Amino acid sequence: MESDKILLEIASPYRQVLNIEVDEVIAPGEEGQFGVLPGHTPFLATVTVGQLMYRQGNQMKHVAVSHGYAEVEYHRVIVLLDAAELPDEIDLDRAEKARLRAEGRLAELGHEDRDYYEELAALDRAMNRISIAKI
Amino acid sequence: MANLKDIRKRISSVKSTQQITKAMKMVAASKLKKAQDGVVQARPYASKMSDVLASLAVRVKPGKHPLLQRRDEKKIELLVITSDRGLCGGFNTNVTKAADNFLREKKEGCEEVVMSVVGRKARDYYRRRNWEFKTEELNPGSTSFSQAEAIARPVIDRYVEGEIDAVYVAYTEFKSAMTQNIVVKRLLPLEPKTLAEDEVPVEYLYEPSEDALLADIIPRYIYTQMFSMLLESIASEHGSRMTAMDSATNNATEMTAKLTLLYNRARQAAITTELMEIVSGAEALN
Repeated sequence: MESDKILLEIASPYRQVLNIEVDEVIAPGEEGQFGVLPGHTPFLATVTVGQLMYRQGNQMKHVAVSHGYAEVEYHRVIVLLDAAELPDEIDLDRAEKARLRAEGRLAELGHEDRDYYEELAALDRAMNRISIAKI
Repeated sequence: MANLKDIRKRISSVKSTQQITKAMKMVAASKLKKAQDGVVQARPYASKMSDVLASLAVRVKPGKHPLLQRRDEKKIELLVITSDRGLCGGFNTNVTKAADNFLREKKEGCEEVVMSVVGRKARDYYRRRNWEFKTEELNPGSTSFSQAEAIARPVIDRYVEGEIDAVYVAYTEFKSAMTQNIVVKRLLPLEPKTLAEDEVPVEYLYEPSEDALLADIIPRYIYTQMFSMLLESIASEHGSRMTAMDSATNNATEMTAKLTLLYNRARQAAITTELMEIVSGAEALN
């Protein structure tokens, strides 16, 4: 079945998150979402905070991802990320707390503060986690 | 003949030392397990990162990114990674020894060597030898990717600005709990991979552009390398502490056995003398 499957490998510096065969991958690229089907042309892209989806048969599954890279080969997708979490690993409480903290900090900071964008990114990550955990 | 009370004191002191070394050994063992897992878990990411970079680097011209450029090594930086804490056998001295050898070797070829340290032991060692450090970090026995990034980023900046022409790292490579290798590895410039004769580079699509990707990936790759070096060094530290504490515990057992023997001999000798005194005292009365 090698010809119509994609081997999806997701790794973060702390662990290998996934290493499975899937039928389709949809990843949040920095310049827009992109989908990968078996036989995709070699492709290298940056991935940004968002949801990476993969399809196994009729089942669509989600992974929360942050900044990283995706290398696509004909039958393999390697995704290297700063952090990646499967839906059942997400600690909703922690994500909520992170969201509140980031929102609180953002309210205090002005646009010109250096930390502003860091907090914005933190908020992004927290929201992303929350939305995936709730699927 | 040693005093009975003194021997008893020695025995109890050796025993309490043994308790400490035993506890340290067990703590090190559990920390080693954790650190080892960290090393193993980080491997897929690191190896894939280097695959991605390699496939990218063969397709671009060597001069394209400053971190791929090679210059004459006039000014080099040496980064030494040790632990913060001692009591781990020869772990730290081995690293500093290797670093010293490296410095001696490089003395002729280079105009200048600058130094950075990670870990209190390296810092203290080189501070005593009047070195100044570009980067100075502690190594509390665990690490994170962001720490690796924080260490590597200024190094990369110095390299890009031309302040230094090469960066070497002296650290301990983790093989197993028993075997560790001290290595001095070049971190920068990167070794550009070359394709084998029959290999044809695959044409890739890039998003965003090739240059932007390269500029993004290369520093990350270096952080990844830094991260795995730190992880390996930490795992090695716990490994060698475990072995050191294990042999200390064994030595303590041996020592207690010896001292107990000595103690019993002394005790018997004392009893014998006492008996002799009583017997001879009784005989004198008769």
